Amino acid sequence: MTEFSFWDILRNLLLAARWTVVLSLVSFIGGGIVGAALLFLRIGGRRWPRLLSRGYIQLFQGTPLLMQLFLAFFGLGLFGIDVPAWLAACVALILWTAAFLAEIWRGCVESIAKGQWEASASLGMGYLQQMRYVILPQALKVAVPPTVGFSVQVVKGTALTSIIGFVELSKAGSIVTNATFQPFTVYGLVALIYFALCWPLSKSSQLLERKLNVAHRNH
Amino acid sequence: MTYQLDFGWLIGSLPVLLKGIRITVQLILIGAVFGVALGISCAWVRALGPKWLKPVVATYVELIRNTPFLIQLFFIFFGLPSLGIRMSELTAANLAMIVNLGAYSCEIIRAGIQATPRGQFEAGASLAMTPLQTFWHVVLVPALQRIWPALSSQIVIVMLGSAVVSQIAAEDLTFAANFIQSRNFRAFETYIVSTLIYLVLASLLRQLLASLGWMLFPRKASR
Repeated sequence: MTEFSFWDILRNLLLAARWTVVLSLVSFIGGGIVGAALLFLRIGGRRWPRLLSRGYIQLFQGTPLLMQLFLAFFGLGLFGIDVPAWLAACVALILWTAAFLAEIWRGCVESIAKGQWEASASLGMGYLQQMRYVILPQALKVAVPPTVGFSVQVVKGTALTSIIGFVELSKAGSIVTNATFQPFTVYGLVALIYFALCWPLSKSSQLLERKLNVAHRNH
Repeated sequence: MTYQLDFGWLIGSLPVLLKGIRITVQLILIGAVFGVALGISCAWVRALGPKWLKPVVATYVELIRNTPFLIQLFFIFFGLPSLGIRMSELTAANLAMIVNLGAYSCEIIRAGIQATPRGQFEAGASLAMTPLQTFWHVVLVPALQRIWPALSSQIVIVMLGSAVVSQIAAEDLTFAANFIQSRNFRAFETYIVSTLIYLVLASLLRQLLASLGWMLFPRKASR
């Protein structure tokens, strides 16, 4: 039987952690784009898009991410394509992230005082101009800390993709455990790597919050 | 798409699903009660507790908040036995949920406590209340009232997160879904049904917590 040194374990985990990082980035960027689209539907004037977007957000916030992953994995398969785990993982995480980001950003846009809308309307600005020059620049400032804070949830969310068979940090942890029979060390290290990824994000979110001096928000 | 959706298996699988629902509900009820209790204790330590304990609690909170629940669960269930601490799947699942919710609720409750004006502590002391009495009656209850919505959503998040405990073979709703789909080969339909059950459970839990909030805090917030 091969012996595994501590270094072997750590090296394999770190190699797998790259995929956690990649998946987090893809989900966050993709989720940001879909989330922005949802946001505009959600705060727009038309009734049906608004209800649709609200329903979407409630659906994705009210069901477990794990179930969404399963549904993406088996649901895409219904169309007759062979779904690789990474594709299902990306789709589910992007849709999930989008729902949360849209809701966070909606809060930020709605925190802008109504007078700002009225003032810009009185200057003869159209909806897009109001958004571009008045509302979004202010909302963006409010949105930065909670958005960075939510990125921590995204990184942690990627751990669930191990369950549908995507080999990232958590899955690597299980594989290495099965090879080395050292669950305490391996899962301890996995936890520390996640901590090293997430903690700077949490901390910078807190610092930004203090710096930009906006109301406290739990996430 | 030639695939035909088929829900004919549903009736035969009802007992398995119901058992799964029961376990999930049981997990979140126990997890919520003890998790919030742990959160309150930790918030007390961070606000008024002994100095040496503060960094311990701060480390605990940061560690839990910055690692995935799945890894916490694996660490408790697979890692701790090498220290001689063994437990059943359900105990491990419950423990992980309590530890997880404890850290998050500590932060939430602490935010509520920090919003308490300094004068309230002094007012409590001037009424000859002990520090613990002041903490309980003057600080904690209004703080809980203030942060009740945030705490409720966190409890719902933990409930949804508990789907993961199926991975250590705790027989919750997701475990039931996995079991059923391995029998009927109708993975998509099975997960659709269990997802909808989670959706219903989440909204019921929200209602329950909202009514509990009205019961616990009948008076309006003082500010």
